[in-house]
Amino acid sequence: MGWRMWLPLMFFALFLGLAAYQLTQPKDEFVESRMIGQSLPYFDLPAATDGLPGVSSKDFADGKPRLLNIWASWCLPCIAEAPQLEALKEQGADIVGVAIRDDPADVAEFLARHGNPYSRIGRDDLSEVQLGIGSSGVPETFVIDGKGTITYQHIGDIRADDVPVLLEKLREAGQ
Amino acid sequence: MIAELGHAALWLAAALALLQLVGGALALRGGEADGITGLARPAAVLQGGLAGFAFFALLYVFAVTDLSVKLVAANSHSLKPLIFKLSGAWGNHEGSMLLWVTVMALAGGLIAAVERRLPENTMQATLAAQGFVALGFYAFLLLSSNPFERLPEPAMEGLGLNPLLQDIGLALHPPTLYFGYVGLSVAFSFAVGAMLTRSVTPDFARAMRPWVLGAWVFLTLGITAGSYWAYYELGWGGWWFWDPVENASLMPWLAATALLHSVSVLASRDALRVWTIMLGVVAFSMSMLGTFLVRSGVLTSVHAFAVDPERGSFILALLAIYIGGALLLFALRASSISEGERFAVASREGALVFNNVMLSAILAVVLLGTLYPLLTEAFDVRVSVGPPYFNPVSAIFTIPMLLAMAVGPLLRWRGDSWARISKELALIAALVIAGLIFFALFEGGALLPLLGLAIAVMLAVASFLPLRGRNLKRLPIAVWGMVIAHFGIAVALFGMASESAFSTERLAALEVGQSATVGPWEVELASVQPVAGPNWTAIEGRMLASYRDGEAQPIAPQSRNFWAPAQQTTESVLLTRWNGQLYAVMGNEANDGRWQLRLWWKPFVTFIWYGGMLVALGGVLAIIGRVQQDLKRRSIRRMGAVRRADMGTV
Repeated sequence: MGWRMWLPLMFFALFLGLAAYQLTQPKDEFVESRMIGQSLPYFDLPAATDGLPGVSSKDFADGKPRLLNIWASWCLPCIAEAPQLEALKEQGADIVGVAIRDDPADVAEFLARHGNPYSRIGRDDLSEVQLGIGSSGVPETFVIDGKGTITYQHIGDIRADDVPVLLEKLREAGQ
Repeated sequence: MIAELGHAALWLAAALALLQLVGGALALRGGEADGITGLARPAAVLQGGLAGFAFFALLYVFAVTDLSVKLVAANSHSLKPLIFKLSGAWGNHEGSMLLWVTVMALAGGLIAAVERRLPENTMQATLAAQGFVALGFYAFLLLSSNPFERLPEPAMEGLGLNPLLQDIGLALHPPTLYFGYVGLSVAFSFAVGAMLTRSVTPDFARAMRPWVLGAWVFLTLGITAGSYWAYYELGWGGWWFWDPVENASLMPWLAATALLHSVSVLASRDALRVWTIMLGVVAFSMSMLGTFLVRSGVLTSVHAFAVDPERGSFILALLAIYIGGALLLFALRASSISEGERFAVASREGALVFNNVMLSAILAVVLLGTLYPLLTEAFDVRVSVGPPYFNPVSAIFTIPMLLAMAVGPLLRWRGDSWARISKELALIAALVIAGLIFFALFEGGALLPLLGLAIAVMLAVASFLPLRGRNLKRLPIAVWGMVIAHFGIAVALFGMASESAFSTERLAALEVGQSATVGPWEVELASVQPVAGPNWTAIEGRMLASYRDGEAQPIAPQSRNFWAPAQQTTESVLLTRWNGQLYAVMGNEANDGRWQLRLWWKPFVTFIWYGGMLVALGGVLAIIGRVQQDLKRRSIRRMGAVRRADMGTV
């Protein structure tokens, strides 16, 4: 009888250990998303700004691997990641943007000021794609293979160290 | 100056919490309460006053937008309406922790001032525990989250408050939840006090019960309001996402609900002593655990705010000390607390134990689902657990619990026979089966929502069965409370099940003059106008909505842009009928001049929140009934004492 009274404390100790371990872990490690290996959900977004077409999930079925970058002009980390996206584009990556709850004028201004690495940008006013793809914030970047399957997720802004990783993931997705 | 006074008051309050701890502990050792040992009560009262003063000081610096205070500069803006300046005081980490401490100190002061039922040594132990818990939170505030910190140079303008939070519902939501969380801290201190003095008695349960009931009412209201806020403000058309932050408020509610029922058994039947103590510890643990999960950033949440691993470590340390300490005390003392009165399985107690076990199981399901990502991340696997897990797994325990809710109140205390209530049991079974057939024929749907609808109808009827054959005028108010709370659960369940079974959604792109239909509604986009508010501009879609060829009603959902800080929000429009809501969200302009709008028809969705309010009302009635009963009991005792004294003189 007596030993059972210790069970709550034992479970609690287990939780404490786990939580303490998690708190000491750096948060920006490469993470596996539950969306990895799944197909993109169906969507068809209108263009977010003049001069660039909108984005549809069908665009990803042409055999070419791409980066899908979820961002917004009102998002500060997105400014920080802009040079890295430029670098990725220069090294041959095709980057498709999805602008979350954004305004065409703001999108155009952002692109004029921070560069435009995108081949297409869709506007996701209802966070439809964002929710469907399992992203919880901006910016986030997904690697999509030529059949529309998500192969890699990068949470948060892309730092300089992340560029080679993303290029490698793109190359893997193309094989 | 006011900020400095507030800061000083906090330090003084912390010193008093220490005095309360030492005084209570000494009284516990010495037995007699005199000298320093008599100080716990006055210290608790004074501590409550000082914490209250500190909170008013914070409200003041927010009201006048004192931009030399760092917290004001970071969370307010001179352009904000006054009500949101005030709510900005607790719409951030530091302010909300101060609110937490204030409510806790006021509650401690109140028990010190009014509680006379407990034996004095249990009371002193309770105050010592309350002082000890408060001390940790003062340390947290003063050492790592000082809300009164000044900036070296006053800011020119504040950074504003997250526009999503500029909403009256959300301004009131956190204090409501905090009253609940912190009310449970009192139950926790009571439990610790009772374990320290080994006196778990019906008197103890009667002293604890109003606090549990009060905390539970606030939690119920807070969850109901929070769910409605998420529903209309986030513009996603959903009312419950099983998000870690939502679970953080649901878990203490589940524990408090179990505690509420078990404390009643202890108060009236002197049974379930160990269970009640355990739940007293668990309920407040869930409040603290929720705070930790929300603030530490160990879990990702769409609602997470003020995330900071360093603060997370501090809260984790507090968790380790208080919950770990209480559970250790429980492990050492629980075996020596006898279980109390025995009872048969078929009895009111039996049903309440069953309800307790089911509630605890649901709590475990939610807790596991919430913590599971934490576990898998330790093995470098990142998952998120959502409705596909929570809905069916919690239903496994919710359904038997709902059935027990219908049957339990019909049973007598101590022992009863199923045969005596066989007619009622047959009625309950018949209602469930008839409901299932009716709803299945009416409109095909998934099994769980249909079962939910059938059980809701049955429970609505069954919750009134305990009134049968009783004199309604002389019925104790607390019984009315139970009936209404149970009926409220049925109403809320009906809303939830109906919403998930029968909702229809429509995403349309319309030119001005065109219309779209959703369910029985036809919505015409009449015009699109820009509008301006005090600190935002918006695109407003003026629409005409008509229900089944009825008269057209004007609605105008907005898509708002705030500029400090820059953010876009949706102001959805809800058109409420008795049988459901039309939910309209204005989107942006599509390339071809059409406007996107999203429409939902949600039959009986409002029942979810009406139900929540009924549940809270039931709780309020139960508090009134219990307080009345206590006063009566006290006056009977006093009269008894007078009579005994009279007899002595004869």
